[in-house]
Amino acid sequence: MAIGLHESEFKNPVIRWVDARLPVFTMMQKEYGTFPTPRNFNYFWNFGGLALVNLVIMIATGIFLAMNYTAHVNFAFDSVERIMRDVNYGWLLRYVHANGASMFFIVIYIHIWRALYYGSYKAPRELLFMLGVVIFLLMMATAFLGYVLPWGQMSFWGATVITNLFSAIPLVGESIVTWLWGGFSVDNPTLNRFYSLHYLLPFVTFGVVFLHIAALHITGSNNPLGIDPKGPQDTLPFHPYYTAKDSVGLIVYFIVFAALVFFAPNLLGHPDNYTPANPLVTPPHIVPEWYFLPFYAILRAVPDKLGGVILMGGSIMILFILPWLDTSPIRSMRFRPLARIALLVWLVSFFVLMYCGAKPPEEPWVLIARLATLYYFAYFLVILPALGAKERGLPLPASISMPVLRGGGPLPAGAMAKPMEKA
Amino acid sequence: MAPLRSRLRAALLAGGLLLVGGAPALAAGEALHPPDTKFSFDGLFGTFDRASAQRGFQVYKEVCSNCHSMRQHSYRNLRELGLSDAEVRAIAATVQVNDGPNDEGQMFERPGRPSDRFRSPFTNEKAARAANNGALPPDLSVIVKAREGGADYIHALLTGYSDPPEGVELMDGMNYNKYFAGRQIAMAPPLAGEGQVEFKDGTTATVEQMSRDVTTFLAWAAEPELESRKQMGVRIILFLTILGGLTYAVKRKIWSDVH
Ligand code: HEC
Ligand code: HEM
Repeated sequence: MAIGLHESEFKNPVIRWVDARLPVFTMMQKEYGTFPTPRNFNYFWNFGGLALVNLVIMIATGIFLAMNYTAHVNFAFDSVERIMRDVNYGWLLRYVHANGASMFFIVIYIHIWRALYYGSYKAPRELLFMLGVVIFLLMMATAFLGYVLPWGQMSFWGATVITNLFSAIPLVGESIVTWLWGGFSVDNPTLNRFYSLHYLLPFVTFGVVFLHIAALHITGSNNPLGIDPKGPQDTLPFHPYYTAKDSVGLIVYFIVFAALVFFAPNLLGHPDNYTPANPLVTPPHIVPEWYFLPFYAILRAVPDKLGGVILMGGSIMILFILPWLDTSPIRSMRFRPLARIALLVWLVSFFVLMYCGAKPPEEPWVLIARLATLYYFAYFLVILPALGAKERGLPLPASISMPVLRGGGPLPAGAMAKPMEKA
Repeated sequence: MAPLRSRLRAALLAGGLLLVGGAPALAAGEALHPPDTKFSFDGLFGTFDRASAQRGFQVYKEVCSNCHSMRQHSYRNLRELGLSDAEVRAIAATVQVNDGPNDEGQMFERPGRPSDRFRSPFTNEKAARAANNGALPPDLSVIVKAREGGADYIHALLTGYSDPPEGVELMDGMNYNKYFAGRQIAMAPPLAGEGQVEFKDGTTATVEQMSRDVTTFLAWAAEPELESRKQMGVRIILFLTILGGLTYAVKRKIWSDVH
């Protein structure tokens, strides 16, 4: 073995030759083959992998759509309809891309919820979690920009409403909006820049995903018990155990995805977006895509425009400081009876906000949205800090393998690491 | 905090009413929810009834196309409805299309070809509004996807005209239709009476029949991929279910030494 070459363990001469010079095979083997993974994952741990698959699907379908899409106010709508009719399997590309955005948010919401429930945001995974929030923000931006591209009524009016939010910023707000639009209203320059950014951001996302996974492979994964693996008895090599388990989840995900694409491709969309954009006709209710509804509800819950914008931004930004708001040393909510209830109520408030976001801004929805908004923030700013100081957690198991292997030990029945993956 | 409390009570009450009573009584101007209509293209295995869609095209051509464009469609697309090449050519040739410029630099009229888009009744929006009392007849290419309720709504709308109830004052040039938002629509009842069109296959052209047929045609026009989409979906989901079963079995086998 010449000096400067990597000591490869691969037998195949070609792989070995490459690996000695660029140890990608060794790296893959280390990070995805033998990578020691807690043995007690439940299916919630499937969703990170699903998100990555989803991103790849979005990029793949997006590139082919881009080959046939025309970013011009006079042709955008018709070019999308041409994709649906005259491009071979164009309808499939478009429906996969449009519903893929919805699937992406379903997957990411479950993925984030998993982190909240099992305390995956706590030390040492704070940065990993924060990178995740960055990905979430990039995704939201990408989805918003993409929804503008087909240039239907909701595209146009959604873009108008959302970009107008920046006008709430004192002094410079109006100038910022003009700058974003590239003119004095949402128009062709807006569509062009949105298209450019919509193409760019997924690749930026990909870069951050790489960092997210790199950070994960430093700290290792959390697990449903939230305790650190104590030794090899607590872990399994990623392959074949989790490659096999993730494959099961992946197929379930594909079935849900296929059901949407083939049997209800427009279920989650808005009919108004099949009417070409018309700056002179405002639709009676302008609603964003379903995945933005909770944040839209927070925006409208505040009577003041600037206040609404700040609170809406804050509802996501707050996740960046979550690792320091939650001071409890216990990660998993399985061992935090009070915080667990508080988090479940938070989940309810999230869905309530989603529901209110779809309703016109009238009573009782405004009031309900306000109460839900209050709880949404109180959970992070009041309940978690207070419980961190006050709550007495349940006793933690001695190690991961103990409750898994012996089925219990000192745990109360409900908190037992019931091997969901017993399968 | 009295206002807050009373508002809270109002909220709970409203929530309760929604749960118990379903839709509250509709205000006079609000549109009725269109009833569920059974169509050949419903369901997982639905396909377009070709005969009905062809009759529907005839209704579109003879009635609706006087006001409504279908810009996304070419005459050649009609082959998918089972019309022969010759029939498509003949239909296309009935319209005059503006083309050019020719070698002398002149625009000219020529008979339509299968590759031409459906000819629009008006050259622009202003002309369309001028001919329709200020209202714009929307393009019908994707109308079934562009309305809440889809085909059910279109069928309900076309058959939902009646005299206005006691006390409802119609605006000038408006017609009463309980399924239209606001219940006043600028489109006069397009399907007015039996025998308005004469179907070649002998089907009696009742209003109900014409409406169903034209709705089937418009549903095809909005989603010409529907049949292949559903077929592909059934196959893919079957395949995935089997693959899922196998994958699950493999997973169990791999994990059998862990528990
Ligand atoms: C005389 C002209 C005329 C004819 C013929 C006509 N329409 Fe219309 N249609 C209109 C106008 C005008 C509107 C706009 C109504 C409004 O906005 O109040 C309209 C609106 C519609 C709408 C949209 C309703 C909505 O929800 O906004 C549909 C669907 C429709 N027509 C279908 C048809 C069909 C199908 C036919 C043929 C059977 C037809 N029309 C024939 C003039 C016409
Ligand atoms: C994070 C990944 C992505 C998300 C969440 C996303 C989301 C969306 C959404 C919601 C739409 C509107 C769909 C519709 O209603 O018609 C859209 C359209 C579009 N996207 Fe993306 N997209 C992503 C990646 C990409 C990439 C990488 C490309 C190009 C390489 C791309 C190209 C397009 C094009 C051309 C359209 C317009 C066609 C259409 O509307 O169907 N997308 N995208």
